[in-house]
Order: sequence, then structure tokens, then C-alpha cells
Amino acid sequence: MSNGFTASPLFERVERARRRKHQLRGEQITLAHGSGGKAMHELIEGLFLEYLRNPMLELLEDQAVFEIGNGSQPSRLAFTTDSYVVHPIFFPGGDIARLAINGTVNDLAMSGARPLYISAGFIIEEGFEIKALKRLLASMQDAAAAAGVEVITGDTKVVDKGKADKIFINTSGIGVIELPVRLSAANAKPGDKVVVSGPLGDHGTTIMISRGDLELETEIESDTAPLHLLVRNMLDAAADHSTVNAVHCLRDPTRGGLATTLNEIAMSSEVCIEIYEDRLPIREEVHGACEILGLDPLYVANEGKLVAIVSADVAEVLVERMKQDRYGAEACIIGEVKSEPQGIVSMVTSFGGTRIVDMLSGEQLPRIC
Amino acid sequence: MKFIDEYRQGDIARKLAERITVETNQPLKLMEVCGGHTHTIFKYGIEDLLPRNIELIHGPGCPVCVMPLGRLDVAISIAQRAEVIFTTFGDAMRVPGSKISLLVAKAGGADVRMVYSPLDALNIARKNPDKEVVFLGLGFETTAPSTALTVLQAAKENVKNFSVFCNHIMIVPALKALLDSPDLKLDGFVGPGHVSTVIGTRPYEFVPREYGKPLVVSGFEPLDILQSIYMLVRQITEGRAEVENQYVRVVPREGNPRALEAINEAFEPRDYFEWRGLGSIAHSGLKLRKKYAAFDAEIKFMVAAVRIADPKACQCGEILKGVKKPWECKVFGTACTPETPIGSCMVSSEGACAAYYNFGRLSKIAERSSRL
Repeated sequence: MSNGFTASPLFERVERARRRKHQLRGEQITLAHGSGGKAMHELIEGLFLEYLRNPMLELLEDQAVFEIGNGSQPSRLAFTTDSYVVHPIFFPGGDIARLAINGTVNDLAMSGARPLYISAGFIIEEGFEIKALKRLLASMQDAAAAAGVEVITGDTKVVDKGKADKIFINTSGIGVIELPVRLSAANAKPGDKVVVSGPLGDHGTTIMISRGDLELETEIESDTAPLHLLVRNMLDAAADHSTVNAVHCLRDPTRGGLATTLNEIAMSSEVCIEIYEDRLPIREEVHGACEILGLDPLYVANEGKLVAIVSADVAEVLVERMKQDRYGAEACIIGEVKSEPQGIVSMVTSFGGTRIVDMLSGEQLPRIC
Repeated sequence: MKFIDEYRQGDIARKLAERITVETNQPLKLMEVCGGHTHTIFKYGIEDLLPRNIELIHGPGCPVCVMPLGRLDVAISIAQRAEVIFTTFGDAMRVPGSKISLLVAKAGGADVRMVYSPLDALNIARKNPDKEVVFLGLGFETTAPSTALTVLQAAKENVKNFSVFCNHIMIVPALKALLDSPDLKLDGFVGPGHVSTVIGTRPYEFVPREYGKPLVVSGFEPLDILQSIYMLVRQITEGRAEVENQYVRVVPREGNPRALEAINEAFEPRDYFEWRGLGSIAHSGLKLRKKYAAFDAEIKFMVAAVRIADPKACQCGEILKGVKKPWECKVFGTACTPETPIGSCMVSSEGACAAYYNFGRLSKIAERSSRL
């Protein structure tokens, strides 16, 4: 199928325009800039990188990986930060504090790191109930214990009523990479398989429903969960079967959902990712809720799922191993990596057609995490 | 999902597509009028299943796409007033006016809120008696009844701080204008489904009677659309031109009398209304009747009519009429993308250009341009 694309001058023109350097337009920040879609990429690449550029930052991975220590065996550390502004702060399956621990743990885990320590910064709105704060801290403690990390430093600020919405939390995390892995969004190779760890869209759908705008009642819960053990099991299984480097890329498809994450990988690796609609694991309730809300589950946030790009020869073994893990019980292969057209995610629809799954321009769901 | 998956079955689709291919003995240009159909066609890759001698033309049935720049600017200027909470359906937020969009106005401090229903807007008005709450009424007869009922409810409760900036439009005058357009060559229409749940199928009967073209009212699932295309092809090969109803599970011939009553009670046709890309069309827009003037944002805020020409590079008009294909526009996919839309067809996911760009770019552009 690749010949048809490269033969078309128009297609090339459009794709060239699509891939040119992101430039920040406009004079003000809009909600679209926080969406995880194209507008956010423009902000990051067109502004933040321009001022703060360095070799580690410009990789634009979910975490930075660096070495410290002298001698023949320096330690490889992973470092990441994330802020949580989800509304509402309590929702089925979790709360903002649990999200703040798991999200940062997962960003570390996607580099193959064992998460160690977490920092937590709280921005609290005047008038926030101490009872609610207690509940959040208990949840945070519980999540940290479950993830095997400790919160070892923190900060608190209180702002005037109306200057923040209840509570915002920032967490940073540090972890150590003990295996000789080289995981990167730029590592996907033609022939690789695309694996997801379970059903898509649970978190974003739960948040939308718990806002109560539509008065829907469902049993869906946020999937927020720490994935570091699942990752470790996957890497060990890969090492046992062939090599730990058979796992090429790990990402947690949070804001912007699976579609955004796959687009980032396709662009970074300069490959085409083809997925099959009839293999996508999506819960019936999520399908239904998205149908009503006018959303596409492919773009809806997850907080306890990962997508892995792996060598074809280990894909089945990995999926079997993942299924033994609590957070990978419904793991499956959903697609594969092709060489062309580069930078594109396409989907074979269950209806028999093919379509592009592009990155969204700006998300319609602000404050999902 | 029950009652949904039944209409998305690939094996039935392939059988239908085969029958369409067998029945089609001449090149046909069929227009789906409705933006919802355009979206489905691209989302499911329906064109991949059709024989090459059937060409789908994507019509003007995306209300966000046909809203003229001047009206958008007025909406934004109302939203920017300090006393106003401006409420709108989500898809109108990103549409650029001549200078900015509602989303940018919001970032600049305007209180712009997304609602799912005009009744939510009325609720906001009840809760904020010291603010003026304005709802952006937008859409065909599909959404007009809910706006109408909300105005009637506001009148009944005597809510003084609620008004509607009405941009509702009607499908039949637009169809007439299209059919009268000299550069349009079509063999049949896939008729709108949701509009027809309100107006029924009778108002389309002039299409075969006066213009000799078949029209099939269609549902929005991919199998609905394929079946409608099949019904059109059958009519054409059998030499018939009729209004047929594929969407019988939802659309009655007489429509929804109560919804029509509500529209008729609250609204009256404007003499003229401008459509982006199509120009002014007589009796195609709705405005609030005089007795509901207190709820008319145009009167409340003394809005002056603004007419702003579309950007020169933009060929939305030709695209909406099906005269040009999205990829034949010089700025398609380069200067005009969903992030930086120049023309309205690129803004909404129901717009023909955005649909091509988001879903169809891959196969359609490559395939068709390699044939050129």
C-alpha cells in the first residue's frame, strides 16, 4: 500500500506541512494548549524548548534519563514531574492524590525504572475542607505504599478563594534503571507489534460522567494504577525469551489517549503504525458513554494502561506474561508498525475501510488529570 | 453495543457494497447533505467500499461550517461583554471569526461556557440572576426545537436575564438554492436524518417533483448510509425519482408535530440569511418572533449586522456545493488545517475538509490525485 502514498505529490505536500516545526501562534494561552494534542506540542516545541533546550529535554520523553556516579558502572536514574488539576477531585476508582502518585510512578516506570522517591507540592484554595485534605493524604499514603515509593519532600501554598479550584498537586519522582534497557518513543521499528495492557478510555470517561453534566449512571471506574511491576515483569519476560531490548518503547497513554501516544511514537520513530479497530479493547459502558458524549475512546485518557512497541518475536510471550499481572489481565496485540507512510497512524475499521487516526488539535476535555 | 453494533457490521457492508457495484451502470454523483453523514463516511471509510463510478459530494449540512464570519464576530462581541455569560455547544468554540474564536475570547477573560443543551443555559441564567446569559442558537431543524422550547420555558418563568443569539437555519431553502445553482451536477441526495425526525419526509417531495432527482432520507450509522446509497442507485437504474425513507426506525413521514409547533411558536423565517460559502438564501434562517423579543440577544444587545467576506484563499463555497474537492483547494492541508482553519469546512469534524484531513487524507488524496 505504500507506493500509492509516496507517488502522490499532494499527499507529500500535506504531510510536509504537517511535520514542519511546531510554531506557537496566537497571543494567549487557551485551554487547547493543555490538551495533549497538537496545540500543546506547539506550546512545548515552539516555546518551552526554544528557551530551555538541552539534549535531554529535547528528547521530549515522559521522563529524563541520566547517569550519575563515576567509574565503570554509573547509576542510571529517571526523573519526571507532573501536575494534577483534575476536576472533580474525588471520582469513582480514585482521587487527585492517588492519581498524583500513580501518574508519576508510571512516567518513571515507562523508562524501565524502579520508582524510588516522590516529592509533592500542594496548591490549596482558601476554604478547602481539612476533612477532604485528610482523605486525600490517606489516599496518597495508600497509593505510595502500594507503589513502593515514599514521599520524601513537599511544599504547601494556600491561595485566595477563587484563585485555584480546591486543590492542585504537583509530584516529581525519581527512580533507578537497573536493567540495560533503551526505551524510547523513537525506537519503534517496522515489523514491531503494538501491545496495550487493557481496556481503553476508562479514566477519561469516568471523569466526564462524574462531573454530572449528563446525569448518566454507570459502573465505570478510573483505571488509575501503578504499572512499575507490570513493566518489570514484561522486561524480565523479554530478557528470558530473547533480550530485554526486544521491548522498544513503553508509554502510558494518558491525556489525549491511545491515538495521541501512537502519533507521538509514529512521528518520533518515523514509521507508520497500523491498528485494527476490531482488536481494540474497549468496555461496553465506555463505548456507550462515549457514543452519548460524542467522544472517540481512542482519544480518551487512561491512567493505568500502557502501550508497548515490541519485537514481533516476543509479542505473544509478553502478552501471556502481562495477562498474569493484575494490571495487564486484558493485554492484547492491537496493531503493528510499518515503514510507510511515515509519521502516520492508520486504522483498519471493523467496517472494512481504512482511516487516519490523527492527533487532535485541541482536546474537548480540559482538566482530566 | 446493542442497537448500534447491528448497524456497523463489516460483512453486511461488504455484501451491500457488492450489490451497489452490480447495480451501478453509469458514473453517479451523489450528495450527502448532512455533516453527520460526512463524518460517518470518513470515520468508517465507506468510500473505500464503493465502486469508483460513485462519487460522493459532501454538502452544506454542517451548521457550524455555514455560519458566516460576521455572525461569529457578533457572537464573540456579545461574549466579551462584562455582564454576559455566553453559552454554546462545544463545536462552535474553536471556529475562528474574522479575528479570534470564542475559545480565544474565553482565554482573554470572556465567560464562555460549553453546554449540552439550551436548557443548561437557562439553568445557568436562573443561578446567576445578576448576569446576562446568552445561548448561541445554532443548527438546522434538529436543534431548533430545543432552543424554541427553552425560550418558551424562559417566557413562562419570566426569566429576564436569558436570551438567544439565533442562527438557526432550515434545510429545504438550502436544498432549493443548491438545486438552482447552475454549476451543480448531481444525480441524487442522501437526505438528512435527524432534521427529518422533526420535519418528516414530505418537505423533500419537491426534489423529485420539480428537479427530477431522487432523495433517500438516511440514518447515521455506516450501514444506514450504504443502504441509502443502494436505494438511490436502484431508483436511478430503474428510472425512478422519489423520496424514500431508509431511516424508518426514527423518521415518520409527518415528522414531529410537537417539535414543529414549538419552532413555529417561537420562530419565524428571516427574509434572508447569509450562509458561509453559499451567500444569502431567502427564507433560510429563523429569528425569534416579536412576542419573544425580550429573549432575542440581537435586540437586547442592539447587534448591528456585520458582513465580512471570506478570506480570499478560501474555497469553502465551491467545496460546499461539491464543485471542488477539498484537496483541490490551494490551501488544503498546508495553510488551512484543523489547527489553523482558514475556511469553515476545516473547523468542525463534520466539515468536508476536516473529515478529509483527519480521516481520509491517507487513502483518498493519494488515490485520487494519482489518478489526476
